Amino acid sequence: MGNKQSVFTPQQLEEFQDNPFRQRIAQVFSEDGDGHMTLHNFLDMFSVMSEMAPRDLKAYYAFKIYDFNNDDYICAWDLEQTVSRLTRGELSAEEVSLVCERVLDEADGDHDGRLSLEDFQNMILRAPDFLSTFHIRI
Amino acid sequence: MSLQSKGLEDEARGGRGRVRSSCPHTGDRSGQRPSRKLDPKTKAAPGRCRAWPGRTERTAGSSRPGSPQRKQLERKRGHELLRAPERSSAGRTRDSRRKRDGRASLKEQSSSAEKKGLPRKEEAWEQLRKPRSVSLASSGSGGESLSEEELAQILEQVEEKKKLIATMRNKPWPMAKKLTELREAQEFVEKYEGALGKGKGKRLYACRMLMAKKWVKFKRDFDNFKMQCIPWEMKIKDIESHFGSSVASYFIFLRWMYGVNLVLFGLIFGLVIIPEVLMGVPYGSIPRKTVPRAEQEKAMDFSVLWDFEGYIKYSALFYGYYNNQRTIGWLRYRLPMAYFMVGVSVFGYSLMIVIRSMASNSQGSTSEGESDNFTFSFKMFTSWDYLIGNSETADSKYASITTSFKESIVDEQESNKEENVHLTRFLRVLANFLIICCLCGSGYLIYFVVKRSQEFSKMQNVSWYERNEVEIVMSLLGMFCPPLFETIAALENYHPRIGLKWQLGRIFALFLGNLYTFLLALMDDVHLKLSKEEAIKNITHWTLFNYYNSSGWNESVPRPPLHPADVPRGSCWETAVGIEFMRLTVSDMLVTYITILVGDFLRACFVRFMNHCWCWDLEAGFPSYAEFDISGNVLGLIFNQGMIWMGSFYAPGLVGINVLRLLTSMYFQCWAVMSSNVPHERVFKASRSNNFYMGLLLLVLFLSLLPVAYTIMSLPPSFDCGPFSGKNRMYDVLHETIENDFPTFLGKIFAFLANPGLIIPAILLMFLAIYYLNSVSKSLSRANAQLRKKIQALREVEKSHKSLKSKAMARDSGDTLESGSKNATQLQLTKEETTPHSASQSQTLDKKAQDPGTASSAASRTVPPAPRSLPGSRPPGVRKDSGQARSQAHPWRSGSGKSAQRPRH
Repeated sequence: MGNKQSVFTPQQLEEFQDNPFRQRIAQVFSEDGDGHMTLHNFLDMFSVMSEMAPRDLKAYYAFKIYDFNNDDYICAWDLEQTVSRLTRGELSAEEVSLVCERVLDEADGDHDGRLSLEDFQNMILRAPDFLSTFHIRI
Repeated sequence: MSLQSKGLEDEARGGRGRVRSSCPHTGDRSGQRPSRKLDPKTKAAPGRCRAWPGRTERTAGSSRPGSPQRKQLERKRGHELLRAPERSSAGRTRDSRRKRDGRASLKEQSSSAEKKGLPRKEEAWEQLRKPRSVSLASSGSGGESLSEEELAQILEQVEEKKKLIATMRNKPWPMAKKLTELREAQEFVEKYEGALGKGKGKRLYACRMLMAKKWVKFKRDFDNFKMQCIPWEMKIKDIESHFGSSVASYFIFLRWMYGVNLVLFGLIFGLVIIPEVLMGVPYGSIPRKTVPRAEQEKAMDFSVLWDFEGYIKYSALFYGYYNNQRTIGWLRYRLPMAYFMVGVSVFGYSLMIVIRSMASNSQGSTSEGESDNFTFSFKMFTSWDYLIGNSETADSKYASITTSFKESIVDEQESNKEENVHLTRFLRVLANFLIICCLCGSGYLIYFVVKRSQEFSKMQNVSWYERNEVEIVMSLLGMFCPPLFETIAALENYHPRIGLKWQLGRIFALFLGNLYTFLLALMDDVHLKLSKEEAIKNITHWTLFNYYNSSGWNESVPRPPLHPADVPRGSCWETAVGIEFMRLTVSDMLVTYITILVGDFLRACFVRFMNHCWCWDLEAGFPSYAEFDISGNVLGLIFNQGMIWMGSFYAPGLVGINVLRLLTSMYFQCWAVMSSNVPHERVFKASRSNNFYMGLLLLVLFLSLLPVAYTIMSLPPSFDCGPFSGKNRMYDVLHETIENDFPTFLGKIFAFLANPGLIIPAILLMFLAIYYLNSVSKSLSRANAQLRKKIQALREVEKSHKSLKSKAMARDSGDTLESGSKNATQLQLTKEETTPHSASQSQTLDKKAQDPGTASSAASRTVPPAPRSLPGSRPPGVRKDSGQARSQAHPWRSGSGKSAQRPRH
């Protein structure tokens, strides 16, 4: 696959412009959280997003990606951010809040109104297609 | 992924390179080795056996000589002291423990990285056995055994490093740290593994990893290939993402129908039409294969052909063309028999495939109960496909995510809707009353029109409208009733999915009326023709008789046979029925297409382009865009299929026409939906199984089986056309074949099987079996529901238990631990080294507090610790303890863990 290629073609770079979480990914993997990556950060990113990366590692970084305010919990605000990015803001405010409420209801194991890493892992490891969608090919 | 793997591979390659480059260092050693090796080997092995009774198999396996080892050991010890002082200070107990670790990791290395359970188990076992290993270590004494011990230490460290290398990718470290760790570990392994003579595994491991990667890639490509082989998958996915799964379910149904029809087409085409065309008597040789003289000059006109008269009527597309010769061609192909069997097997195959797909659908729907718990969470966190790298795909993915959220929201809102029950009930009763009125009215209208048309048919020179009144009325009913029903159904306020089912059922009833009116009219026609047949038969005989015996012809010269076009012939009701079905199918197709074109496309164009110069907002106001009419389309498809099933016996070419129709309508409707329809106001999810459609289809199949079976069993075939002509009943062809072509005892067996005394008990037995299986499946599904409830309850208990425990733990562990245990897992994953031991211990306890179920999952999920940096402290959650061991594990581990850790600080 990528072994033979050392330079990105414009199309390949273009391909990652559509991900709604692209900024988050860059922030999570960059060292100081500003989205600028060193080579090692970059390698990190692709190591995590690779097909061979283990589930737990993916779940851990997925949690970080969805944790928009970096407080180690996915709170309602983070969820709203996620929904509005996923749907490009096409849902109404009530619908968004309903969705967030339902997510917290489903996945919040200790009923503290936010998702801890453990809750998140508990939920995501049951998801049938998490592994198949949470990776990037180059 | 490949970048990362590339990095790792580079590392590995660099490491390998280093081996080669470091070979000169060791080369002299290895070169000297054989001379020294020989004698001490024999001497050392027994001694070792004495000192380490438990280790014989391992040392024997590695077969290392005693004396060179000591030399290396000394060097290594120095190295170890220099580089890793904390490890050497950790003391013997830990080293001997690591020995076990090493053995575990040896196994682990051979297995893939996913198999994390194994080493953990080993570790747990090791933990339990620790006192013994301490005693073992202390028992070894003297110079010889000391070196053995040291040797074992190196081996352990090597194995530990290997383990680290193997599990490196599981660790959430930054790449820089990974690289340094990996380099260090690899250097270490290179250095000592070569010396210990165990360097072979690595290449094998690399090879295996490469193979695994290749295998994954191959599987992926193969999956992609399989996906590409499914026809129209992309189109349907595209529609699904914009219009929701309910609209897509229609297209999936259409595709399925297309597949079924292809099989039917293959069956009929391959076994009936092709043999007839290749081996049958050619066109024009016998009366049934010739256009009659009266029709000949018009037989090629388009208007005639369009009505399936003329040359098309006398072609292999219709029943009447086939000859009743028992065998045709040099293959002695039994065409009448084949015709009959194909007609039966069309129904047999259709029944089987419908029932099978119903069964598989319902199986699929029961197995998906698990994911119900996390509908929204899964949608939120796993619905975005990070592979998407195309802006169009991304757009449709956004649309599909929005749609699926909306679908789930509708479901959610429906499930906890509170409203006036009495009002709803009243409205529903009212709506049903209105709809029943509509149905009765339309039924009466059809009856009235049919009666009138029978009168018209007796009259001469009726107008075009009077001739086609029945069809026109039926089309009008079919056009206006469904929207009327939909308007009335708005009163009922059902969930759209249930509303769709009601709508389907009602329109089904309406269409059923149409179908049966059509069939009754057809039956009347057939009976009329049958009554005339006797007279025509006589006329034919008389004509032929007169032709051959007429006077005024030279008796000595035999007359040339009458030209087949001149022979008077019967009306051949089978072909007439086939033509009716053919016409109906074609006109149905045209009506559908024109409706789509006018009702959807032109309307959409009008709304779109006239909106600039119109008084009101056309897009939001009255005409707006059309929604895709799921119920009408599904029922149209189902009834069309019913026509095909009924007609295919009398018109073998009908299935071919239908295949074409389905193919074109697939493309045409896909285009129409995407270009001129808007999604439903409330996008709703299709029911998980398409069994409602399938159930309707099954019903229609049964209904269409009835008239065909009736005509086969109880009407005499035409005397001068078709493969069964000259027989009393069509199924006589079976008797004939059994009598003439099978041995006599088989004929007897068949006669015996056809005995009612055998059939009735068989049917009874089948009923009993159905009853029994039904009750079994009911009890099983009840058990299933109960188990699911139990699981749910268990999960609830587990949740509350866990939260209570974690709170209690946080309180117990005191103020210093508070920061550590607060975001416990977070710290455990990232700052494993810097976490205070007590904190990690409290995390361990937290983990332990979980239920066995989650404990195992948590254990399989947590990453193994860094063996080098934390050799003493037991990392949390790595052990996979059973539920019973848990209670005693607490005091014991806290004691031993501390004793092991103390020396470090």
